[in-house]
Amino acid sequence: MADILTVDHLRAYYLMNYFGVNREVRAVDDISLSIARNEVYGIAGESSSGKTSLIKVLAAAIRPPLKVVGGSATYHFKTGDIDVTSADAEAIEAVRWRNLSYIMQGSMSVLNPLRKVGRIFEDFASRPLGLSGSAFRQRVVGHLERLKLSPQVLNAFPHELSGGMRQRVTIGLATVCNPEFVIADEPTTALDVVVQKDVLGLIKDLQRDMGSSIVFVTHDMAVHANIADRIGIIYAGRLVEEAPTRTLFTAPKHPYTAHLVASLPRIGDTTERPALEGRPPNLANPPAGCRFHPRCPLAIDKCKTDVPPLETVAPGQRSACWRWRDVEPLAGGRHRAMELSK
Amino acid sequence: MSALLEIKSVSKHFPIGGVLSGKEIHAVEDVSFSVGGHGPEIFTIIGESGSGKTTLARMILGLERPTMGEILFQGQPVTHANRRERLRFMGKVQPVFQNPFEAFNPLKKVDRYLASTARRFLDLSAQPAVDAAMDEALQKVGLSLAEVRGRFPHELSGGQLQRVAIARALIPNPPLLIADEPVSMVDASLRMAIVNLLRDLRDNTGVSVIYITHDLATAYYISDRLVIMQRGRVVEMGPARPILDAPEHAYSRLLKASVLAPETATGDTLTVQPELAAASAAALAGPPGSLVGRPDGRLVRQA
Repeated sequence: MADILTVDHLRAYYLMNYFGVNREVRAVDDISLSIARNEVYGIAGESSSGKTSLIKVLAAAIRPPLKVVGGSATYHFKTGDIDVTSADAEAIEAVRWRNLSYIMQGSMSVLNPLRKVGRIFEDFASRPLGLSGSAFRQRVVGHLERLKLSPQVLNAFPHELSGGMRQRVTIGLATVCNPEFVIADEPTTALDVVVQKDVLGLIKDLQRDMGSSIVFVTHDMAVHANIADRIGIIYAGRLVEEAPTRTLFTAPKHPYTAHLVASLPRIGDTTERPALEGRPPNLANPPAGCRFHPRCPLAIDKCKTDVPPLETVAPGQRSACWRWRDVEPLAGGRHRAMELSK
Repeated sequence: MSALLEIKSVSKHFPIGGVLSGKEIHAVEDVSFSVGGHGPEIFTIIGESGSGKTTLARMILGLERPTMGEILFQGQPVTHANRRERLRFMGKVQPVFQNPFEAFNPLKKVDRYLASTARRFLDLSAQPAVDAAMDEALQKVGLSLAEVRGRFPHELSGGQLQRVAIARALIPNPPLLIADEPVSMVDASLRMAIVNLLRDLRDNTGVSVIYITHDLATAYYISDRLVIMQRGRVVEMGPARPILDAPEHAYSRLLKASVLAPETATGDTLTVQPELAAASAAALAGPPGSLVGRPDGRLVRQA
């Protein structure tokens, strides 16, 4: 399968200068990954792990103090290749919304509260689509039908819609141009369980329909399990593990992943869930060696000094851990692994 | 042993569209339950946004007056006539809020909050006594005063800050905590730390917790009893695990069916079961009915 995105040794730092003191925050540190056409790639990580910074680079929204200091992120669109870390504003403008699109998190703050939904669609999509008037309206109405929304929402203000409908409108805005690549940043985090499932189903259907690729960012592993084909786990600016969804849940090969999978509580199971002590490292001054070692139950002396490389440990699975052979599913995860491998 | 908290057919109606329009939203409709009748417990209120769970919490804290019905805490109504009684009540029922980053003033050191809570509710004035009270509360949540003193909120991680928020609530030694979505803003790796903490507080410190959430999995993990609310009405209520194992009301079944878990990932399309959604909507549109008892101790709303 052809890749649509190749990220190669990408480094993006926040470079700040306060009163003559230089500070650098290594938010994205040497990340390499590739995403295939027609694939949903999940990115998981806690807040301040650098996942938002990675997304900013992928969305070609690189603004100071964020600066790409090395590597590249190249899209292979049907219209040609583009490296968003070096492309000029014009070239990025040409692919934005048409090829590369973005579903944002807070649907209330994305939609202009003073404009009707129809107007917002015009603001967003009229130019990239090159349509206007009734042709444009026809296109939008057709697209809303796919989202199971009636054309009446075009005449409504954002506050008149429910949370789920607003999120559908936001998804509609991002997908009305049939983009090849969609970045979804926590699109369901603020939603209730019933609406969340509904919206996720919608995203998945749309993705199949359009044949586009999605990068799906959330910290909720249960959501990843249901939507992603492959998952990458980010910890302190580094990709620590990457695997097909099922493998990641049944046979994690990084202690952090094993913990994330095991800590998910579930209905019908009352076994003690472990909590990971400590806090995510400060990216301005990350620990030496493996960045996870201060919180890692398996840490040995080597972990404190040497950075583990991201190596292939099984077909399709990469892990950055010196002791990946010793990683076992933890208490809650073991049960889950048994159930999933049935 | 009488119950710690008794909610007796409480309703709350808010006028909408101006006073003269005569329209009302029924945020909470005829809710009754009691908490802590048989020792400390974790009592969970489950519902979607708009189900009235936060309004109910605000009424328990005495921040809103019920339109109808009565809320008794240790036999006394929670709406107080004078300030002194109100303060005494506030020392016994303490809130923990959703987002720890918003609960703390970013410009004040976090120990100032702890100190002012200690001074106000424990009537302490000497600094060593205040320090001792703060340290005791912080120890209960797995922190210490030495770690926290002089820190600003941004210097602590989300999980630490939420634990400080819980420690602050514990300073007056309250028998009841109201925790409104305490883990929804906390990262996955720290979520279980907070949830396990609430359970330890129940088991070791004897604090009852009203845990408000829309996350059924953590509710199953820690709660003793729960109520499920739909648009202000209780639809199912009783022992937590039997209900979540086999929910009976259409809305409870819809909620459970919508919970995402790795085990239920099929790789197929994700859809909310239409027949459950329809049944749930029908239950909402139909007559309110009444709560009917079941042999396993649960109450289910039936038309």
